[in-house]
Amino acid sequence: MVKFFDFLGSLVIRFIEESGRIMLLFIKTLMWIFRPPLNLKNIVRQMEEVGVNSIPVVLIMSIFTGMVLALQSYTAFRRFNAEAFIGTVVALSMVRELGPVLSGLMVSGRVGAAMAAELGTMQVTEQIDALYALATNPIKFLIVPRFLAALFVMPVLVILADIIGIIGGYLVSVILLGTNSTIYIKRTWDYMELEDIYTGLLKACIFGIIIATISCYQGFSTRGGAEGVGKATTRAVVLSSLIILISNYFIAALMF
Amino acid sequence: MPKEGQQDIKPDTLIMVRDLCKSFGSNHVLQGLNLEVNRGEDIVVIGGSGTGKSVLIKCIIGLLKPDRGTIYIDGEEITYYNEAKLNEIRKKFGMLFQFGALFDSMPVWENVGFGLKQHTNLKDDEIRDIVAEKLAMVGLKGVEYLMPSELSGGMKKRVSLARAIAMEPEILLYDEPTTGLDPIMADVINELIIQLREKLRVTSIAITHDMKSAYKIGDRIAMLYKGKIIEVGTPDEIKNSKNEIVQQFIQGKSEGPITRGE
Ligand SMILES: Nc1ncnc2c1ncn2[C@@H]1O[C@H](COP(=O)(O)OP(=O)(O)OP(=O)(O)O)[C@@H](O)[C@H]1O
Ligand SMILES: [Mg+2]
Repeated sequence: MVKFFDFLGSLVIRFIEESGRIMLLFIKTLMWIFRPPLNLKNIVRQMEEVGVNSIPVVLIMSIFTGMVLALQSYTAFRRFNAEAFIGTVVALSMVRELGPVLSGLMVSGRVGAAMAAELGTMQVTEQIDALYALATNPIKFLIVPRFLAALFVMPVLVILADIIGIIGGYLVSVILLGTNSTIYIKRTWDYMELEDIYTGLLKACIFGIIIATISCYQGFSTRGGAEGVGKATTRAVVLSSLIILISNYFIAALMF
Repeated sequence: MPKEGQQDIKPDTLIMVRDLCKSFGSNHVLQGLNLEVNRGEDIVVIGGSGTGKSVLIKCIIGLLKPDRGTIYIDGEEITYYNEAKLNEIRKKFGMLFQFGALFDSMPVWENVGFGLKQHTNLKDDEIRDIVAEKLAMVGLKGVEYLMPSELSGGMKKRVSLARAIAMEPEILLYDEPTTGLDPIMADVINELIIQLREKLRVTSIAITHDMKSAYKIGDRIAMLYKGKIIEVGTPDEIKNSKNEIVQQFIQGKSEGPITRGE
């Protein structure tokens, strides 16, 4: 019994310690962002890595999500003759929830893992020590570009995901199921408010920050060779996905 | 116990390490280590594998925080400096890492020119010229655009050495500069280390297992054993040391006090 509480206690302590360290890294990163000069070349390279290279997966994910949304809401709405609202449901679900969350999860799987693995490898091969030894701050040199890239690229990806999702919904609903095209488009626009888009984009930015901060943290705290890098990568993906899902609820609740 | 004050440092001493302790968990690596390095001197640290030689120089350049003890660089106590101040101190240093630690996302020339790019306003062309010159000093030519993964072990080591000397630092820390090199290249590097000292008055600490190189480059040799420097002296003094531990080590004998675990 005592052992159990010991274990529970140490788990809680570790959780608090870890969150503290991640927060600290986050704050340090913010401070370094505002200390010139910004390394534009590195930022652009990371944007390409985070953004451009994520486009295919995000496109595939969002078109199929939009399509299945249309299919499912058609099945349900037909029962009370509300087929006309498929467009509204697809658009609102995509823009408010599924666009940001699914993109966030995709990017954390793709980019978060890559960041943690790259930085983790640099850590275990002493490249991060080498940066310090060359009087260069690794947070400034490695984390700031990744952080900014994720922060700016996520909203763009989400807008893309939203649009493609809506198109996917349209294709299924109008072409496959034969609902009225004009009504679909009209109902998509009429019920969409600016606030819906804002919320979605705000989420996207926050998810970008979560992915970059957690993955970079895991990379920097990697210990012990190739095995350590593997563990750090897994932790980065699992942790950032979970925190995305959890914070998603709280952002939604706050905005409600 | 009276604390060692700054005034105790002789003007000739550039690096002073006092009572340095560093443990990793229950592994007490350094246990009250003392070492003084004079300006313009090349001191070689020898000692068995895993005795903490790399840990020692990482403490000196501030990559590891000691548990106890003090480190003075040029009369300044840097032991508990924050990152910003350490950063300034580190500009005086060049370090060759034991395993190279080259940035594997950058080609060789960006690796070697990294410090120049970060800390000077030189243009890329000028940096490339300096890089070529430093690479020539370590016996490499035409490797500027290769990636570190395309280099052999010994080439990596030499590129890393070129990176360490690129900024022409006051102090150089070499972690096994000749390990993994063929005998001729090892001698080229030995000569380079001697030249850097003689021409540029660089102060350095070199770690090595290679006794031939130790005798050649060392003004003094220090032996690290069980967390302390047990003997310091000129190569001749070390060769004629009465200490059995030192004798066993420099002669590379499998029988002796080290292997008996004394
Ligand atoms: N970051 C670290 N975390 C935990 N233990 C460490 C760390 N760095 C070094 N050690 C331990 O400290 C001891 C000394 O390591 P160090 O690398 O300084 O040895 P060394 O004298 O350089 O050996 P070698 O000649 O093989 O390079 C080893 O037992 C090692 O396990
Ligand atoms: Mg070592």
